[in-house]
Amino acid sequence: MSKVVAAAVIRGAHDIFKQAADFLDKTIKEKGPDAKIGFPETAFYLPLTYALMGIKVETLKDVSPVLEHARSLLPPVPEEKVWLPYLGNALDAGIAALLSEEIIVALRYLMGEEPQKDCNGFFTDTIMRSLGIQLVDGRMPGFAAILGAAPDNKTAVEIVRQLQERNILVFVGSAAGGRSIIDQLLEENVQMGWDNYIVPYGRDTISAIYPLNWAIRSALTFGGLKPGQAEKCLLYTKERVFAFGLVLGKLDDIKYATGAGAINMGFPIIADTDIPEIRPSGITSYEALVKELDYKKIVSRCIEVRGVKVKVAHVPIPVAYAAAFEGERVRKEQLHAEFGAKASLSFEYLTSKNLDQIQDGKVELIGPDIDQLEENKKFMPLAIIVDVAGRKMQKDFEPILERQIHRFINYAMGIMHIGQRDMNWMRVSIDAFNKGFRLKHIGVILHAMLHQEYSAIVDKVEVKIYTKQPDVEKLLPQAKKAYEERDERIMGMTDESVDTFYSCTLCQSFAPNHVCIITPERLGLCGAYSWLDGKASYEITPTGPNQPVAKGELLEEKLGQWKNINDFVYQKSNKNIEKVSMYSLMDSPQSSCGCFECIVAIIPEANGFMIVHRDYSGMTPCGMSFTTLAGSVGGGVQTPGFLGIGKLYIVSKKFISAEGSLKRVVWMPKELKELLGDKLEKRAKDLGVPDLAQRIADETQAVTSEELLSYLQKVKHPALEMPGLL
Amino acid sequence: MSDSKQKSIDLATQEILKKAQAENIKTAWDRLESQEPQCGFGQLGLCCTVCDMGPCRIDPFGEGASVGVCGANADTIAARNLVRKVAVGASAHSDHGRDVAHTLSLLSEGHTHDYGISDIEKLKDLAQEFGIDINKTKEEITKALSKKLLEEFGRQEGELVFLKRAPKKRQAIWKKLNIAPRGIDREIVELLHTTTMGVDNDYKNLVNTGLRCALSDGWGGSMVATDLQDVILGAPVPIRGKVNLGVLKENYVNIVVHGHEPILSEMAVKASKDPELIKLAKGVGAEGINLAGICCTANEVLMRHGIPVAGNFLQQELAIITGAVEVMIVDVQCIMPALAEVATCFHTKLITTNPKARFPGVNHIEFKPENAYEVAKQIIKSGIENFTKRNKERVNIPKQEMDLVAGFTKEIIFQILGGKYRATYKPLNEAIISGRLRGLAGVVGCNNPKQTHDYFHTTLVKELIKNDVLVLQTGCSAIACAKHGLLIPEAAKEYAGRGLQEICEAVGIPPVLHLGSCVDNSRILTAASYIIKEGGLGEDLSDIPAAGCAPEWMSEKAITIGFYFVASGVYTVFGASPFATLGSKNLTDYLTKDLESIVGGRFEFCAEPMQMAKIMIEHIDKKRQALKLKPVMYQ
Repeated sequence: MSKVVAAAVIRGAHDIFKQAADFLDKTIKEKGPDAKIGFPETAFYLPLTYALMGIKVETLKDVSPVLEHARSLLPPVPEEKVWLPYLGNALDAGIAALLSEEIIVALRYLMGEEPQKDCNGFFTDTIMRSLGIQLVDGRMPGFAAILGAAPDNKTAVEIVRQLQERNILVFVGSAAGGRSIIDQLLEENVQMGWDNYIVPYGRDTISAIYPLNWAIRSALTFGGLKPGQAEKCLLYTKERVFAFGLVLGKLDDIKYATGAGAINMGFPIIADTDIPEIRPSGITSYEALVKELDYKKIVSRCIEVRGVKVKVAHVPIPVAYAAAFEGERVRKEQLHAEFGAKASLSFEYLTSKNLDQIQDGKVELIGPDIDQLEENKKFMPLAIIVDVAGRKMQKDFEPILERQIHRFINYAMGIMHIGQRDMNWMRVSIDAFNKGFRLKHIGVILHAMLHQEYSAIVDKVEVKIYTKQPDVEKLLPQAKKAYEERDERIMGMTDESVDTFYSCTLCQSFAPNHVCIITPERLGLCGAYSWLDGKASYEITPTGPNQPVAKGELLEEKLGQWKNINDFVYQKSNKNIEKVSMYSLMDSPQSSCGCFECIVAIIPEANGFMIVHRDYSGMTPCGMSFTTLAGSVGGGVQTPGFLGIGKLYIVSKKFISAEGSLKRVVWMPKELKELLGDKLEKRAKDLGVPDLAQRIADETQAVTSEELLSYLQKVKHPALEMPGLL
Repeated sequence: MSDSKQKSIDLATQEILKKAQAENIKTAWDRLESQEPQCGFGQLGLCCTVCDMGPCRIDPFGEGASVGVCGANADTIAARNLVRKVAVGASAHSDHGRDVAHTLSLLSEGHTHDYGISDIEKLKDLAQEFGIDINKTKEEITKALSKKLLEEFGRQEGELVFLKRAPKKRQAIWKKLNIAPRGIDREIVELLHTTTMGVDNDYKNLVNTGLRCALSDGWGGSMVATDLQDVILGAPVPIRGKVNLGVLKENYVNIVVHGHEPILSEMAVKASKDPELIKLAKGVGAEGINLAGICCTANEVLMRHGIPVAGNFLQQELAIITGAVEVMIVDVQCIMPALAEVATCFHTKLITTNPKARFPGVNHIEFKPENAYEVAKQIIKSGIENFTKRNKERVNIPKQEMDLVAGFTKEIIFQILGGKYRATYKPLNEAIISGRLRGLAGVVGCNNPKQTHDYFHTTLVKELIKNDVLVLQTGCSAIACAKHGLLIPEAAKEYAGRGLQEICEAVGIPPVLHLGSCVDNSRILTAASYIIKEGGLGEDLSDIPAAGCAPEWMSEKAITIGFYFVASGVYTVFGASPFATLGSKNLTDYLTKDLESIVGGRFEFCAEPMQMAKIMIEHIDKKRQALKLKPVMYQ
C-alpha cells in the first residue's frame, strides 16, 4: 500500500468512525439505549459485525462494544519520514471503517433514512439465498460494485453493459463530483433491479457497505462458517466471492477507507483515475489496487485483476455451434470457400504473449472476407494467428491449445476443419455463408472456446486472420520455426533423461481398462499427446487424465519395464494388465484404446512386422484391412504381435527396440512412407541400412503374403536375417 | 595501517580513529598490525594443541610432518579445531538462553519483582508448544514453562521441543542423519568429548557432530533466549531509532551498554528514565541521562525501546575515545579486553556486571535478577557522579547519526502484512512466487579489522537489494547497514530494485529488516519455517530461494550460526577470511561441496562483496528454478 493510500485510508477510517460515534450518541439521546436496531429480513443482525466479531447487535446499547473495537483498530497516520510499516495498519483501519459504516446505515434504518430514493438499500437474506448460491458455484462469474460516476452518461452505460454481457452482477452507487452513476443510468433509461443484474445501493460511499455485508453472509450461509470466525470468513470471500470495486471519478478518504475494508475481504479496487497502485498480491488474489484510464479496457482489467473466470455461455456466431457438428463434412457441391490442402496456402498458429500485449476478445481480419472472393475462385490464402495470455500460461501449453483450433472450428455447423499447423484444410459451406458466417467468426469461436475450456490458464485471447497472399507468406516462416522448435524440444529428449513418464487415461470413458504410458521417445498412440503435452496437461489440470508416473526400479532394460510403471498400469487398468513393455511388441505390449494412428502387426512368415495407418483403406499382406485389424487390437487388451501406435513412434529409437526396431518393418503403405519422409530416411541411416525405406515393401509391391516374401527376398530385407520372432 | 579510510568506510569511525592516532591510543586495528604476519599454521587449521605431546603442526607443503605425534592428520586436526569453535559458540548463545530461562524461573517463584510477563500471548503460545495447559493461571503457566525450558538444557534423550517448529521434511532429514539434538548441554559436551585426544578421527563425523551441536544452539539455546526475552521484556514491534557515535550527547550523562544480555540493560533503560536520577543528573550540570548501546545489547534495547545505537563491535573502543562516555556497562561476549586500557585514558568508568566476565582492575558490580533495578540505578548514579570528571576539551563526538527502523520479528510479520484480521505471510510468499522479490538473504555477523569496517556489509547488502533480494539482518551487520541509511523505508527508493521497491512501498518497510541481536538469528529460522507453512515455496527450508552470509565475521559464535544455518538447509557464505580449514582439502571440500547433498545447505567462502552478492543471487536463482517459479519480474 503506498503511503499516500495508507494515509488516506487511515484518515478516512478515523472520519467514518467519528461519524458513527456521533450518530450513535445522537440516536441514543433521541431513542434511548434500548431502541431496537437492525436491518430488514435478515437473521444475521449487523452481518459484518456478526461474522467478524460474533456479536449480535439488537439494540443501541449493543453497538458500543463494536465501536470500541473499531476504535482499537484505528492506527495513527504514517509519518512523513522514517515511517513505520503501514499495510497491516491500513487493513485494520479498513475493518474499522466497515464496522463503522454498518453501524451508520443501521442507524439510518432506525431513523427512517434508508433505503435512499430509487435504491435497494440493505440486501435481504432472501435475495442472498436466491442469488447467492450462484455467487459461490460459479454460475455468476463475478460481482462489481461501482462507486462514483462515469465522466459521461454514455460511458456509464457502456461499462454497465459490458459487465452485464459477462453475466456479472453490478451494484451501482456512491457519487463523484456531485454525480452518482445511479442517476446517470436513470437518465439513460437503463432498467435496473435484480432481474436486470443492476442494483443501485445508495448515493453515498457509506452505503457501499450493503454489497459487502451481503457478500460476507455467503461465508456464514454457504461456507458453513461460524459467526466470529473472522479470518476464515474473510478468506472465504476472497476465495469464493469474485467481487471487485470499480471506482469512477476522484477518490476521497472515505472511498479509500471503504476500499481497504473490501481488500480485507479479498476484493480488489480498480479506479479510472491516476492513483498510486498497490500491485503486490497476497491479501487479494492478484493486485489490490490498480488504475485503468482507458474506459474501453476497464472492464477487462477488472476481470483480470479479480481473476473472474468469465464463461461465455453461447458462441455468438450466425450458425449453430455444438460438438454434434464436429464430424460434418462440407462436400464440393456445398462449397463456398476453402483454405489450405491443395487449394491455397494456409496455416494456423497459436502463441503466448504478455497480458498487457493482448486485448481480450479483439478479432481482426486483415484482407478480403469470403464475400469478396474473386470471380470463379472458391479459395483464398489464410493465416489464423491466435495470441493468448494468462498468468498461468506457459510456452509448453501453446501446442496443446493450438491443437484445439481444429475441434473448436469444427463445432460450427457448415464449417469443416481437418489437420493442423500448416497442413490444415478448412471449408465453409454455402449454407453457412448465406446465414452470415464470415471469417471473423473464427476468431469469435476461438476466443469463446479457449476461455470456456482453458480458463485455468487463459485469461486473454486475441485473434488475427490474414487473407492476403503476401501477408500469409510473410507470417508462415515464423510459425514454421515455432513448429520445428516444438518438435525439437521433444525430439531432443530420451527416456533415460527423465525419471517420470506420464499416463493418459483420457480414453477410459470408452476403453475403461486402457492406460497409455507416454515417454519422451514414445508418444501416445493417438499421436496427439507427447510427453511434454502430458506434462503440460498435468500442470493445467493436476487431477486430470495425465498423471506423472515415476519410473522407479528398472526391471527389464531391453523390454522397457519399470516397477512403478507396472504397478501404476495394474491399478489403473482395473487390475487387468500386470506388466507392460514400453519397447516390445511380443512381450507384454501396451494395450490400445482404439484411437491409434497406426497398427503394427506381426507377419510370422516374413519374420517381421507390417504397419498400416488409419487413412489407408486397402488390403494389407496380413490379410486384413486397417478397419478389420483395429477390431482385434483395441479395447484395452494386450495382444502380443499387435500394437496401436502414434505415427511418430515409428521413427523413434525406442520403436519396438526389443525386437530390432525399424529393421523389423517389412511393409507399410506408400503414403505413410511419404508422410514420414526425411525422418524415416534418417532413422534408416542411423540403423546402418540407408536404403531401408526402399526395402520396406508397400502396396505397389505387395498386398499378399506371397508377394511380400518374394519382394523381401529380392531386396534382401534385413528382417529375414534376424533372429526368429516366434 | 595508518589510513583511517582503509580501516573503515564509516565517517564517524574515521574521525575517532584520527583522534586515537593523535592521542596515541591503540585500537584493534593497531593491534592487528602488530600481529602481522599472522600465524600460517593457525590460518590453515594445521596446528594442534589438544594434548601435551604437542603442540604439533602439519606441513602444508607436504614436505615435513604429515601427522601429529598421536598420528592425527590434517583432516582430523583441522576438523577438531573447527568444531571445538562450534561448541564454544553454541555454549555462548545457549548459556545466555539459560540465564534468561533462569530469570523466568526466578520471577515465577517470586524471587524477583523487577521483571514480569510482558507478553502473555507469547507465554501461552510457548506453553502450548511444551504441552502445558494454558487454562491455568499465568503464574502456574510461567512456573511450568520455566521448568520445561530449563529441562531442555539438561535433557538427555529424545529431541528438543523447538525442532518441531521446522518443516516436517527438515525434521526427517535431521532424524535420518542422526543430528537432531537431544539436549542443549549434552550436544556441547559430547562434541567437546569427541575432539579430545584419541576419540573421533573422522572429519566427516566430527563435522556432523558439530552440526548437531550447532542445531542445539539455533533451535535450542538461542531460540530459548529470543523467545523468553520477548515474553519477559516484551516482543518487539516496528520502532524508530538512531545509530552511530553521533547519538552520544555532549550535555548529557552518556551511559553505554555493551555486550549481549538484555536482562540487565533493560533495567538500565528503566533507570535512565527514573525522575530521581534525572534530577540528580541535572544537579551535576547535565541536561539529562542518555543511554546508548554497542553490539548486541544495543540491538536488544533498540528493538524493544528504540534506544540509540552508538556503534557496532569495532566501535566499542571508539565510543570511549569520544571522551563523552561516563560509564560503559558490559555483560558478556565480544567485549574487548582492551577496553580496560582505553578507559584509563579517559574519565570513563568501565563496569563489569557478570561473574562470568571479569576484567582485572576493573570495577565489578555484580548483577542478579533479584536485585536488578537497584544495581542498574547504582551504576547510573556512578555515571552521573562521573559526569563532573569529564574533560570537556577532550570531548569529540562525531556528528554522524542516522535514522533507522527496527523491531521486525517472525510474529510481527504476520500483522505487518495482513493486519489483525488477515494476519498472514502470504504476501511475502507471493512476492517471491511472482518474482517481485527474487528471494531472501540473511546478512548477519560481526566486524573484523581484517576487513575495511562496514564496507563488506554495506556493499553486499546494497547489491542484494538492488537485485530485489529482501535482506534480513541481525547483530553488528544490521548496525553497519543502519549507519549507512539502509534501514529506513526511504532506502527502498534509493537502493532497491523495482520489485523490492514495490513490496517496500506496499508494506511501508525498509528493504533491509532488522531482526535483532545474534541470538535472534533464531527468529530467521522460525520465520523461514512459517514461509514453508504458508506454502508455494517448497516443503523444506532448503527449498526457499534464500541464502545466508556473515561478511565480516570474527567470532566463534558466527561459525556456530553458520553451522546451524547449513544444518537447516541454508547456503551460507562467509566473508573476511575462510574458516581455518584450508590445510585440509578433504574437510574444506566436505564443507563447501559434499554437505549440500547431505543436509541441503553448504558453506562457501568469498572475500569480495560484489562476488558474494553474485554467488548468493545465483544460488537464489537456482532455488527459484528448482521450484519452477517465474523469472524475476523486473530483470
